[in-house]
Amino acid sequence: MADVHLRINGVDRRLEVEPRVSLLDALRERLGLTGTKKGCDQGACGACTVLADGERVLSCLALAVQYEGREITTIEGVADPIQRAFVRHDGFQCGYCTSGQICSALGMLAEHAAGAPSAVTEGLAAAEIELTEAEIRERMSGNLCRCGAYNGIVAAIQETQETRVAERDVPTLVEGRR
Amino acid sequence: MTTYVGEAVDRVDGTAKTTGGARFSAEYPYPDLAHAALVHATVARGRITRLDTTAAEAVPGVIAVLTHRNAPPLKPAPRVTPLNLATLASGTSVNYLNTDEVHWNGQPVAVVVAESPEAAQEAAHLVEVAYAHLPATVDFAAAEPDAKPQKSNLIMSGGAVKGDPEAALAAAPVALDLRYTTPPHHHNAIEPHATTAHWADGRLTLHDGAQNIYWTRDHLAMRFGIPKDDIRVLSPFVGGAFGGKTMVWPGTILAAMAAKATGRPVRLMLTREGVYRTVGGRTPSTQRVAVGADESGRMTALIHTSVTLTGRVGGGPEQVTSQTRHLYDAAAIRVQQNLVELDVLSNTVMRAPGESIGTFALEATVDELAYRLGVDPIELRARNEPARNPMDGKAFAHRKLRECFEQGAKEFGWAGRNPEPRSTRDGRWLVGTGVAAAYHPSWQFPANVTVRLSADGTALVRCGFHEMGMGGATAQAQIAADALGLPVEAVTVEYGDTRLPTGPGAGGSAQTASVAAALVAACEKLTRLARALARRTPGAAGASYPEILRLAGRDSIEARVGSDTRLGTAVGQLRFAGKLMSDRRRWVKAACGAQFCEVRVDADTGEVRVTRWLGVFDVGRVINAKTAASQLRGGIVMGIGMALAEETLVDPRTGRIMNASLSEYHVPVHADVPAIEIRYLDDPDPTMPLGLIGVGEVSITGVAGAIANAVFHATGRRIRDLPITLDKLL
Repeated sequence: MADVHLRINGVDRRLEVEPRVSLLDALRERLGLTGTKKGCDQGACGACTVLADGERVLSCLALAVQYEGREITTIEGVADPIQRAFVRHDGFQCGYCTSGQICSALGMLAEHAAGAPSAVTEGLAAAEIELTEAEIRERMSGNLCRCGAYNGIVAAIQETQETRVAERDVPTLVEGRR
Repeated sequence: MTTYVGEAVDRVDGTAKTTGGARFSAEYPYPDLAHAALVHATVARGRITRLDTTAAEAVPGVIAVLTHRNAPPLKPAPRVTPLNLATLASGTSVNYLNTDEVHWNGQPVAVVVAESPEAAQEAAHLVEVAYAHLPATVDFAAAEPDAKPQKSNLIMSGGAVKGDPEAALAAAPVALDLRYTTPPHHHNAIEPHATTAHWADGRLTLHDGAQNIYWTRDHLAMRFGIPKDDIRVLSPFVGGAFGGKTMVWPGTILAAMAAKATGRPVRLMLTREGVYRTVGGRTPSTQRVAVGADESGRMTALIHTSVTLTGRVGGGPEQVTSQTRHLYDAAAIRVQQNLVELDVLSNTVMRAPGESIGTFALEATVDELAYRLGVDPIELRARNEPARNPMDGKAFAHRKLRECFEQGAKEFGWAGRNPEPRSTRDGRWLVGTGVAAAYHPSWQFPANVTVRLSADGTALVRCGFHEMGMGGATAQAQIAADALGLPVEAVTVEYGDTRLPTGPGAGGSAQTASVAAALVAACEKLTRLARALARRTPGAAGASYPEILRLAGRDSIEARVGSDTRLGTAVGQLRFAGKLMSDRRRWVKAACGAQFCEVRVDADTGEVRVTRWLGVFDVGRVINAKTAASQLRGGIVMGIGMALAEETLVDPRTGRIMNASLSEYHVPVHADVPAIEIRYLDDPDPTMPLGLIGVGEVSITGVAGAIANAVFHATGRRIRDLPITLDKLL
């Protein structure tokens, strides 16, 4: 058993887990934070995406003990206009991939704001990468949605980004982020 | 009065689903909860000869290892009878852990129960099983030539013939005779099948993602030999299903069995691999489509035959030729479905079973005929559009297919298309466009509903239907709000619980219409009650329904449609069967549509990208503009997967699925899906409740055909074997 300390959604949590326990199972089975979903347990679907210090990680491929002292944000700790945008644009049907899509989108927007290119970025020298539909689709392709709500998800992300740009929002993406 | 029906109302469960608040079936906490994991057989057919659970039992935290040696008895799967439709719910006929026989590669042969999911998984890997092999037939391609004609039943006829199509084909000035293949597919709902089971005082509570909670309840009652009222199935949220959560598969039964054996609440969440091993998928198919036409393009002969599989332990025929009985006015028509029985897991329903793959073969053939004749494919369809059902001259309840094509052609810009294959190039991309018809029969099932109106201006609708993402609760709230003159926010809809009035299963694109019919009737009863109350209440004339209650000093009034007593259920089923039969005699009922797409094919690598989509549908009246469009879009996305990527690979020697994961079975991702434009005619079907036709399945039909046709237009190559992967274009 290992003694792990995580800061989850702004709250200090200590837990005793075996070293083999994934961050995902620690959240879902030990801490009762079931908003983070298990879709494949193999890093193939993205449903388990959470933010670790603001960066998106697949919690099924992460061991809880690796995240000692880190700041973890799950869907339960997200309070962002993007959630309303998902509802408005119907960016989900069954809702099972939604937590991962939202966390992934927040992490993706932060990556983009930090200037990270993607596989479809043209002109890497440009001062700012335009977040086109193609860019969003490429950057979100690790998050599967079998209901096929992709159009709505892209629209919700676009609207969120446009609002942020309009408000010159310094990215305070999630509650509790440093 | 505000009307909500037809509006783009936000989903009532939107906040729950975007905040992590929606609880799925693996997410119900129980004190003392134990976790289960399955051990899967590794042979297609055989007997267990040796079984060693010592190492598994020695894993710290393991509570029990259940095998056929020590598992509690289970009653055999029931024989199918039309008197009890729940007998249709058996995923397979195997009596899990009550037999040493293995009937498919992947059958559960042991269940480990442990204090943690990790311990259960570890121990499951340590169970040692040896088998005596028995001869097994698992190779569909090899067995397919020996297929036998499908027998007809009440629901589906295996074949039909009009005229002498083979002679007409031989005599036709223009004729095509083509063969198609489609591979097995899996639903791959992102939520793996999961069950949390809890027994207390001989009663079972089951949290189980299901498309028919009553079938699940009744099936478990039969298997465990207890009254169905002693079982409660809860399924308020289902993380996608697409047909894969209709039948009762081993995981559900084994979770309940493990909980019974250990005296602990047990959770069994299948691994992704476990879903492939224990939940059936769509059958593979081979299809022959032959068509003859005169020079003007009038079809003189149309033949569509198919071969699909069933498992020796279960599954059923798929109506692969269904659309071919209704779409074209050929002078002579023959359809025939054939079956082979293999030693594999049962096939099962998956979004538009039959039509999704049948429309691929038919619509690709029609396109090929159009090119052979030098006629535009939309014009060719118009020339063969029937006024009445081609097979038997029955009337169509609603048929606006021609209008769908006309509107689609206008919006898509079809008129300017150069039909010449390989005529458009944009850099390295060959560009092509294609069309296809979409077709899916419409159904309606019985539903019981109660509606309660309260003096505080709220209403409660109760019906045990299912929400897997279709937006059913939102649509029913809109209907009730309109009927009772309330704001939609004032209506609460309860569903997904067998303690509620019996709802319909989620299948056949029928749920919204089925519940709506009962809900509209219940609301009419309720308003009649309220008006009667108003007549006896001074000052209530002209008051709103809640005001009437307040003036009359009543807290609430309630109306009910249908009854859950034994007699009530029997009456309901008889009424349903009667309506079904009389409807069938009078009408052919269906949703239809026109699919338009543009693809780009890399001239060097053969990679196909879908770059534009327009779907125009005749689905009667739409209840929610937002959720209906989403559902139609979702079917197209799944169709794109079917056309270009999806294929379950089965080892032809062992019958074992080789790509049982989401990294090797490719479903469409964000980057594969363009902006999909959806239009619907919004013209009510007078034979359906509120004029609505279900939207769940029609939109996957025709998709693979449209894409195959666009690929031909782009490249000049006809690919008749799905999926259209790049190797087939090189």
